[in-house]
Amino acid sequence: MEYFVQQLINGLTLGSIYGLIAIGYTMVYGIIGMINFAHGDIYMIGAFLSVITFLVLGTIGFTFIPLALIIMLLISVVLTAAYGWTVERIAYRPLRGSFRLAPLISAIGMSIFLQNYVQLLQGARNKPLQPIISGGVVLMEKDGLTAYMSYLQMVIIVLTIVLMAAFSYLIAKTSLGRAQRACEQDRKMASLLGVNVDRTISLTFVIGAALAAVAGLMVTLYYGVIDFFIGFLAGIKAFTAAVLGGIGSITGAMLGGVLIGLIEAFWSAYFSVEYKDLAAFSVLVLVLIFRPTGLLGKPEIEKV
Amino acid sequence: MLSLTGIHTFYGHVEALRGVDLQVEPGRIVTLIGANGAGKSTLLMTICGSPAARRGRILLEGEDITRLPTFEIMRRGLAHAPEGRRIFPRMSVLENLQMGAITTDASHFNADLERVFALFPILQKRQSQRGGTLSGGEQQMLAIGRALMSRPRLLLLDEPSLGLAPLVVKQIFDVIREINEQQKVTVFLVEQNAYHALRLAHHGYVMVNGKITLSGTGRELLANAEVRSAYLEGGH
Repeated sequence: MEYFVQQLINGLTLGSIYGLIAIGYTMVYGIIGMINFAHGDIYMIGAFLSVITFLVLGTIGFTFIPLALIIMLLISVVLTAAYGWTVERIAYRPLRGSFRLAPLISAIGMSIFLQNYVQLLQGARNKPLQPIISGGVVLMEKDGLTAYMSYLQMVIIVLTIVLMAAFSYLIAKTSLGRAQRACEQDRKMASLLGVNVDRTISLTFVIGAALAAVAGLMVTLYYGVIDFFIGFLAGIKAFTAAVLGGIGSITGAMLGGVLIGLIEAFWSAYFSVEYKDLAAFSVLVLVLIFRPTGLLGKPEIEKV
Repeated sequence: MLSLTGIHTFYGHVEALRGVDLQVEPGRIVTLIGANGAGKSTLLMTICGSPAARRGRILLEGEDITRLPTFEIMRRGLAHAPEGRRIFPRMSVLENLQMGAITTDASHFNADLERVFALFPILQKRQSQRGGTLSGGEQQMLAIGRALMSRPRLLLLDEPSLGLAPLVVKQIFDVIREINEQQKVTVFLVEQNAYHALRLAHHGYVMVNGKITLSGTGRELLANAEVRSAYLEGGH
């Protein structure tokens, strides 16, 4: 039981991170119908920016941890969002109205470019970070087995819940959210109502990148080590999460993220750590075969 | 209000509009009739800049809007209820109306909503229902209501009677008259239902193959032999 609860906590933590990245995939897919393969690398950039910010803060002698974390978060979010905006601007917007595969290929190119860009600037070696938030609470203990939840895991899960609630509100109730959904359903009609479609699409990339930056910061704190290649695997897993939940569905992305996190944690715990990626990707294969629209996805046909 | 001179519009190499000149005077209902494929819907979309005219000039209240992007044109007192209604299917009726008001000041949203509900009471009953589940007539009412939410001075309507039962058509045409007379909105109406449109309109144009071939008051066109044989005879 203790072991099970422990895996549940680990899985939820991991799932929160995947969920935050998955939102970026699903939102972009919803609005322009493409998979932004560079999104994982945007998340990697978020992770790097938070490490860099932390090191700079340390160098100038700033050691008040809670404030330092907030500064890391803000700087990483703002700069990563700027990267997201730029990528859309230079790699996708010029291809709008082109054939469907063009932006997809451009996205893969952008992904390779971003990895090499960070590798060149920051080097190929791992970047370690000392633990910033330590400690935790023992939830259960029996026969030498414990279920332990670190403060960091609490921060990750709570912050994810808050962000997802805020984000759901933005999509459901604000005029920006309505404009985004309108562009998703009928871009031409949205422009006939005075919506600046290009700007709305840009903002979608900005929001997706901002959420990925938060995930990047969390991963940096959680694992304490990053490199220029982390975006690839995390990106593909978050993409799997988005597909599992139903690509285009925001609730689906959140749900898919948590499920993939749990599957990975339990698989590692009860079967084999080495093959945890296999578990996640088997899910992708199974979903694509048996339920291509995902858990919460809608079929393409709409009654009009 | 609206003035078009020498408008040419292309889809690829196909010339859909071949030099259209047309005026819409303020306060009027002006109609454009013509057969399927004559270029009527293209003309309305060209006014909205989507696609933009390749040659010619479009003035809206004296301002040249020919080269403006669509969303900029639509923020200048123009609203369009386009062909096929284009209701957002996965948004509620209320959200569709909110989309209509997306560029306007939020302070008069409630008053505008009341106004639309007064014109189309059924929309009030259906406000939390998804747009895609409405009947054709209700969707048409929603399309017109959504267009009105932006407080337009000029309203473009593309075949509001298409596919609707005669009773609903009458209701829609009554509302168009009301919008024009009481709310002082200028209306530019494209129709295949020539009889109803010409009876309603102060002025009419006839389009054939991307060109205006005839124009006159609604009454004149109704009496015109050519119009009668091409668009009216055989029932209405």
